[in-house]
Amino acid sequence: MALSESEVRHVAMLARLALSETQVETLRVELNSILGHIDTIQQLDLADVPPTAHAIPVVNETRPDVPRPGLSREAALLNAPEKEAGAFLIPQMTGGGDES
Amino acid sequence: MSTPIDLSTLDAPRIRAAIAAGEFTAREAAQAGLERIEALDGAVHAFNQVTPDLAFAAADRIDALVAGGAGADELPPLAGVPVAFKDNMNLIGTNTTCSSRILENYQSVYDCTAVARMLDAGAVPLGKLNMDEFAFGSSTENSAFGPTHNPWDTDRVPGGSSGGSAAAVSAGMAAITLGSDTGGSIRQPGALCGVVAMKPTYGRVSRYGCVAFASSLDQIGPFSKTVEETALALNAICGKDSMDATSVTRPAEDFTEGLNDGVKGMRIAIVRDMLEMEGVAPEVKASTLAMAEKYAAMGAEVGEVDLPSAQYGLSAYYIIGPAEASSNLARFDGIRYGHRVKDAEDVIDLYMRSRAEGFGPESIRRIMLGTYALSAGYYDAYYGQAQKARTIIIRDFERAFADYDVLLTPTTPTTAFKIGEKSADPLSMYLSDIYTIPVNLAGICGLSIPVGLGADSGLPIGLQLMGTHFAESTILRAARALEADLKFDTTPPVVRNLGA
Repeated sequence: MALSESEVRHVAMLARLALSETQVETLRVELNSILGHIDTIQQLDLADVPPTAHAIPVVNETRPDVPRPGLSREAALLNAPEKEAGAFLIPQMTGGGDES
Repeated sequence: MSTPIDLSTLDAPRIRAAIAAGEFTAREAAQAGLERIEALDGAVHAFNQVTPDLAFAAADRIDALVAGGAGADELPPLAGVPVAFKDNMNLIGTNTTCSSRILENYQSVYDCTAVARMLDAGAVPLGKLNMDEFAFGSSTENSAFGPTHNPWDTDRVPGGSSGGSAAAVSAGMAAITLGSDTGGSIRQPGALCGVVAMKPTYGRVSRYGCVAFASSLDQIGPFSKTVEETALALNAICGKDSMDATSVTRPAEDFTEGLNDGVKGMRIAIVRDMLEMEGVAPEVKASTLAMAEKYAAMGAEVGEVDLPSAQYGLSAYYIIGPAEASSNLARFDGIRYGHRVKDAEDVIDLYMRSRAEGFGPESIRRIMLGTYALSAGYYDAYYGQAQKARTIIIRDFERAFADYDVLLTPTTPTTAFKIGEKSADPLSMYLSDIYTIPVNLAGICGLSIPVGLGADSGLPIGLQLMGTHFAESTILRAARALEADLKFDTTPPVVRNLGA
């Protein structure tokens, strides 16, 4: 499976990465080289093999349901690049430029 | 002040014993570590941050215990031992940068569980260690803050992604460090820097507070010069943590118990088909075979196995790893933390430009690869197929561990390569983890131990010992037997030249 330039742009949009023309072309070449190796996995007939998501099966282990302190508002906001009135500041969401 | 303390000749038990006996104080040991960093880190660049205030505060707590009459039996197990942590582990009072511009100014707001457990055991934190950005890499060249240099040859890479953790121990700047291992990021740099390095079984150590790369593969583990120190570090960091649902509840184990019992009767196998893979340096292959002979001479039952599916490990890993990473790294959006562009038109523009400016080239490559592998139309062919490949790799290991206690391969196909040698070709860099990746996919434990210098390269060679789930004590015992037999001198030239 080879990635075209327009597919690279589509994946970059999905990944929320603004790439330059040069980056798109470099990534197209590099990703195709890596995919060329990865595609050896397609040789395997694994139709009857179940997938593994986690190597160590753990059944949900719940901790005791007791209240405990979480992050303070101050700590949660400590690293926010822009904040106002004890909240994270984001650009206006409605009427914005989301193509979807 | 008493005579200068040379930390590179003192292991953790001896540091603790000397502090308990009043030969030197924990503060003096911390000072010695900081001075060593001052002397050597200009050439090595293992540290992103050095933390004298945190170090002295921790050391003073130990010295207060000693002053209060605490003797060798009362001091905590790592009392006064200088340690340092990979810069993807949170520690209040430090930045946690993951060696990325996007997190350059990120201040830790809580402690990583494994870090907190080391400090609870009395260890003294000297700083945070360089790494490949977000742990993406095998050379530490992908750090936004410049590469770490191998103490054995500063023109060469220390391996990665935990290159700073390996180099710091090798250069005697800390007795024990922690790193994280997703596809070999502890064992590979351990091998290239000539130190002991261990990835515990998945679930042994809480991942809470360690910035996630691939959540189903990541595991924290220690670096040290001796097997005993690795066992002591495991004693400190292993165990259930209610903050990580994948950490496993197990009875408490003392990993130092039986460490010196030897390998008589132990069943040890060379993984023959992995040893025959393309690209393995002759000196590396010869050393692995020689170690198997040593084990046989020490009374182990030595044989051979094949792991035919392991050859697909690299492909499965470069689907699963980036897929999980692309999902984990979606959190870096320029809003709650991290780099943020100033003049965004809207929220999508904010996300797209903040991320593109903040992430380095390898992070962008992995995010793109993972996003593609998870995207509509490709999910089954890539992620689904990789998860099934993971199952057959696990089955291979199950068959091998039915007959053998320990499996042997080289840790890496070659010794340390030159800085810049592989950075232009991502795929050739990925191939340096060919031996370590299957261990993460199967969730088993693996350890790299230095077994000598290459006949051709003159650089450290690592042997990888693999054990089944929760068989840490078995591979530690096998590693200790080899260590006692080989007496490998872990002192690198950068340290020897310091004394000259």
